[in-house]
Amino acid sequence: MNKYLSMVSVFLLTTPLVTYGNSAFNMREGVTDISQNVYQLHMTIFLICCAIGVVVFAVMFWAMIHHRKSKGVKPAQFHESTKVEILWTAIPFLILVAMAVPATKTLIAMEDVSKADLTIKITGSQWKWHYEYMGHDVDFYSVLSTPKSQIDDLEEKSENYLLEVDKPLVIPTDRKVRFLMTSDDVIHSWWVPDFAVKKDANPGFINEAWTRVNEEGVYRGQCAELCGKDHGFMPVVVEARSPEAFEQWLSAAKQDKLDAAAASAALLDQTLSKDELMKTGEKVYMAYCAACHQPTGMGLPGVFPALKGSPIVLGDVKDHIDIILHGKPGTAMQAFAKQLSIKEIAGVVTFKRNSWGNDLDQIVQPSEVQARIDANKEAGK
Amino acid sequence: MSTVAQTEQNHHEHHAAKGFKRWLYTTNHKDIGSLYLIFSLTMFLIGGAMAMVIRAELFQPGLQLVDPHFFNQMTTVHGLIMVFGAVMPAFTGLANWMVPMMIGAPDMALPRMNNWSFWILPFAFAILLLSLFMEGGGPAFGWTFYAPLSTTYSNDNTALFVFAVHIMGISSIMGAINVIVTIVNLRAPGMTWMKLPLFVWTWLITAFLLIAVMPVLAGAVTMVLTDKYFGTSFFDAAGGGDPVMFQHIFWFFGHPEVYIMILPAFGIISTIIPTFSRKKLFGYASMVYATSSIALLSFIVWAHHMFTTGMPLAGELFFMYATMLISVPTGVKVFNWVATMWRGSISFEVPMLFAIAFIVLFTLGGFSGLMLAITPADFQYHDTYFVVAHFHYVLVTGAIFSIMAAAYYWLPKWTGHMYNEALAKWHFWLSLISVNVLFFPMHFVGLAGMPRRIPDYALQFADFNALISIGGFAFGLSQLLFVAVVYKCIKGGEQAPSKVWDGAEGLEWDIPSPAPYHTFSTPPEVK
Repeated sequence: MNKYLSMVSVFLLTTPLVTYGNSAFNMREGVTDISQNVYQLHMTIFLICCAIGVVVFAVMFWAMIHHRKSKGVKPAQFHESTKVEILWTAIPFLILVAMAVPATKTLIAMEDVSKADLTIKITGSQWKWHYEYMGHDVDFYSVLSTPKSQIDDLEEKSENYLLEVDKPLVIPTDRKVRFLMTSDDVIHSWWVPDFAVKKDANPGFINEAWTRVNEEGVYRGQCAELCGKDHGFMPVVVEARSPEAFEQWLSAAKQDKLDAAAASAALLDQTLSKDELMKTGEKVYMAYCAACHQPTGMGLPGVFPALKGSPIVLGDVKDHIDIILHGKPGTAMQAFAKQLSIKEIAGVVTFKRNSWGNDLDQIVQPSEVQARIDANKEAGK
Repeated sequence: MSTVAQTEQNHHEHHAAKGFKRWLYTTNHKDIGSLYLIFSLTMFLIGGAMAMVIRAELFQPGLQLVDPHFFNQMTTVHGLIMVFGAVMPAFTGLANWMVPMMIGAPDMALPRMNNWSFWILPFAFAILLLSLFMEGGGPAFGWTFYAPLSTTYSNDNTALFVFAVHIMGISSIMGAINVIVTIVNLRAPGMTWMKLPLFVWTWLITAFLLIAVMPVLAGAVTMVLTDKYFGTSFFDAAGGGDPVMFQHIFWFFGHPEVYIMILPAFGIISTIIPTFSRKKLFGYASMVYATSSIALLSFIVWAHHMFTTGMPLAGELFFMYATMLISVPTGVKVFNWVATMWRGSISFEVPMLFAIAFIVLFTLGGFSGLMLAITPADFQYHDTYFVVAHFHYVLVTGAIFSIMAAAYYWLPKWTGHMYNEALAKWHFWLSLISVNVLFFPMHFVGLAGMPRRIPDYALQFADFNALISIGGFAFGLSQLLFVAVVYKCIKGGEQAPSKVWDGAEGLEWDIPSPAPYHTFSTPPEVK
């Protein structure tokens, strides 16, 4: 009996937390037909387990209360019964068959990725997501936007702490959206609980999943597969908009891309001040580089190299730009050519060459970065 | 059975060396059993200390105590230590102590190998633990060491991890061979297969599982080694390999491994429940068959750890059905234990308390296991705290509670003294309450969407995480009581009779307490 009491006390201890709404205790029903089916399966199997548990433990606790030595009970002599044993092998088996039927149906529906209205390629890398709208020439990176100061407890944490990104994935409601998952480095796993979609992003392979969202809204998830140091800081945010609003957003995104290209081209003729480059560089460094090389530029010895006093940072500027553009194969250093603009790369190179005691008093202009890109292209890199 | 007089006679014929050499050179199954158990308890405390670091960091949102890289090292090494350093050596220690005494054998069949299989273990764990202090730190890729995180993207100390796991594997295989050879060859006359105590049966089956899968683990770590250092690409798509193949190989080892950690527990519970119910175990034969079927099924369910890796539908369906099927023989075991208690004459000594807690809480872990088997639902549960809750219910309140039950059950036989009942009861009740405060809310945060292996989390998980951490600290501290009980019991206490528990059956209770250094030099006659 005492065991029951202790279990109950655990429940009582946690009941004040119910005020958070049912999502603090249970799986979310989500906003797709599939996620609601999954929720139903979850509740069905849960209730079956509860029912079996109640029966088994009731018998057990009855025995513990009534068949005690201290009550002077003499033990019975029986120790087998083929009938009973067949019965309690067969009944659970039948329950399982009954459970397997709806589970199979849902699973078959979940794996049917045919007839999609829109295909989005999702590429994981340490520690961000890249979204590419196939056939629409729109693609962007999506990075955690919670400031480091909140993580370090220097500032109050915002409502969506660790579940917010700079650019969310935008998808239309009421359309079948197909996702293609892959990875640039280690295995990641793209998960949005409200869609009941969780699929691993494997480097070198492509996985498929799909969703059809019924309600507009912002849906948040996280990387689910341990992917290195900042695995906990790789959220997924998806905005579901009405099909019309989505089309508008998509054309705007296309226009933004053209504008950015034009701005980049304009930069080639300009000479930026050291101040501006340093400012851009610091921002980029904190967002893209500091996770590994650390805000101090000291790296993590034995894991990520220091930039302070680094031979590449202090050496030929061409090598420095190249390693940022193309990464270093076989290490965690990724290629940033597609992630950063020439201005951002010029800024971050300038910043690294003039920070933490690196004192080259050298600035790098966007045109120099573009020159390296062109030279590498010619060299066939 | 007239062995008592005989063993008394032999008691002093061969005295072991004294001091450290006694333990280093010993080939005595009881000494080696003690070494394994003490080693396991030490590792349990070290692995537990790492869990305390994890829970301290997770006590509130934000990063306060450790950086994420060190946090990953803690989750990784905590897992490795608890699996390979705490649970497995504890069962091997129990097998060393009890199997010869239960089957009427004078010792393990291969005593020198027995010595060797223990003494390489401290070196394996020294290598693993010391790698934490090297530049770059220890392994930080999870105890499952998925490639390519453990290959291309791991630090240079990965070779130490590989070497340590190899040594652990060799130790386990040698231990398993010893158990099999002992049980097959050294049973006393009349100790037929269907008279074997269930602990012996479950260990025999476990030993076969170990021999089958430990070499697979060795293969996996070797491929990680050559991928990382020698330019092979088993798990690198750029060279024609496949990172998902790593997971298939790992879980082909990993799933039988979880049964390696629970089958001996079934044996312990099947020993203790009848003793304190003063009634024969219900359905002995079906227990043996259920254990065997669980062991066989454990080879065809491995990919249920990998439902999100992108398997074909047919694969997902097969592994879902096969996994659901395992709950049938597991259910039979639970029903049999309850039927054993039914109309027994039950008393609640500490081993029984732990055994009853095992049945209830292991069954809870079994239920969440059945839920996890449902593939569509698993997409939501996978890699969340729901899974963490599940495997801690089956491993902590399952395997570890059974080891605690076994320790209390046989301590008087090993030491010759009764343990301090009051202290032991405190240990039980504090453990029972705190372990549930620790692991039960993990179901909730997992369902609500908290991924596992993260050093920081969103605000809606904060309250439960604080509660979980409090449970964790309490559970950790409660285990110090266990250390105290064991220490006091070794040092002294009320003299234990040869038959410590009035309802106990088995050859080990014909031997005086403490068990003499050599037992059954002449085999007993089993009727």
